[in-house]
Amino acid sequence: MSGLGFVEVGLVVLVLAVAIWTNLARASFAAAVGFIAFGLLLALVWVRLDAVDVALTEAAVGAITGVLLLSAAARMRPSEGAALLERPGAAMRGLIAVLCAAVSVGVAFVVLLPADPAPTLAPAAAANLHATGMGNPVTAVLMAYRAIDTLLEKIVLLVAVVAVWSMAPDSMWGGRPGLTPVRQDNEALAFLARLLPPIGVVVGIYLLWNGADEPGGAFQGGAILAAMWILARMAGLVDAPAVSRVSLRAGLVAGPVVFLAAGFAGIALAEGFLAYPAGWEKPVIIVIETAMTLTVAVTLAMLLEGPPARAPSPSLRSTAAAHGATRGDR
Amino acid sequence: MTLTITTLYGLLGAALVGLGLYGLLVQPHPLRKILAFNVLGGGLFLVFGVVARRGAGAGFPADPVPQAFVITAIVVALAGTALAVAIMLRLFAETGQVTLRPEPPPSDNGKGDDS
Repeated sequence: MSGLGFVEVGLVVLVLAVAIWTNLARASFAAAVGFIAFGLLLALVWVRLDAVDVALTEAAVGAITGVLLLSAAARMRPSEGAALLERPGAAMRGLIAVLCAAVSVGVAFVVLLPADPAPTLAPAAAANLHATGMGNPVTAVLMAYRAIDTLLEKIVLLVAVVAVWSMAPDSMWGGRPGLTPVRQDNEALAFLARLLPPIGVVVGIYLLWNGADEPGGAFQGGAILAAMWILARMAGLVDAPAVSRVSLRAGLVAGPVVFLAAGFAGIALAEGFLAYPAGWEKPVIIVIETAMTLTVAVTLAMLLEGPPARAPSPSLRSTAAAHGATRGDR
Repeated sequence: MTLTITTLYGLLGAALVGLGLYGLLVQPHPLRKILAFNVLGGGLFLVFGVVARRGAGAGFPADPVPQAFVITAIVVALAGTALAVAIMLRLFAETGQVTLRPEPPPSDNGKGDDS
């Protein structure tokens, strides 16, 4: 793995070009399109770095972030002209450019002057891999050695959904997020939205199951499931659930709840919090990952949908009013 | 010292950090700041990936621990981005503009959606 090929240099040039484009593009929409390309190219770089698990995550998250920015850019187009006037002057931009270049040079120094021998936990990860029942060391780190990080990450995702929902105006609370779906039965998108989900669901579950021994895992699988739902949603085939729906909320908390339950069970049945009982490591991890895949799929879809934007229907409104959540009619 | 693939990608990460930081500071529109923040993050993660690649050993092509951290970091960055976008859209819906100036001019095109 040394010597620079055409692919490596070409990839670096492309990533840099797209990153510069996202800075220079005048319209935010164009910049967001550039960002989607950026995410996919970055995923290829991760493949070249032999980090396929990260590549899958980057491809999924890059696309989701891109769609998030794209739809925001489309809605905020009227605000762009005024924002341009607030751009710092040429002298200030020059100064900022010089300082940012200095930061880059500093990071480049760190890259060019590596520690020798390179610090690594790979031998430690390999030594205990058999005890986790996993074949993929990255999954072993995520689900066993550093399970607490993964648990907290899932809670961060849940908090993000709660925070996004809390951006809703009071009158919309308990309603459905996003726009009312418009079915367009004769379009290519509607065709794709019927054709792809069965395949995508299988691929998502495969990534979950396969993540134990090969690249993949709960997050990557869940992201693909979310993407299939988003596809059907964009084609107008399904509608977003009301945020007050119990099944939606159950899906959102399933992962953290199962993870926490397994964690506390570890205190009674194994050595401590998040320790797995000997011989039961893999089944426990698979159960946690399955619940997490569901939660990741629901969470990502809800993060893309944004806060509730349609007032709840009357029957839901009365329940919401019982909780003191609405402020009456508009 | 010959330039290896890994080092080249590390330098790419360093460049992305600078580009993202520049966009974060110079771009006036919050949406562009969020986008630049993600470019900055992408660069930092890449530097971490280089650390992982250099830590290859025990039969693994890259150290799994930094890889797992990067996966967690990517997911957390997504959560932050989604929240930032939601806050920005609400600000836009409330005021019709998204200025980050400390004292915005009196709003003449406000179209707040609360009664």
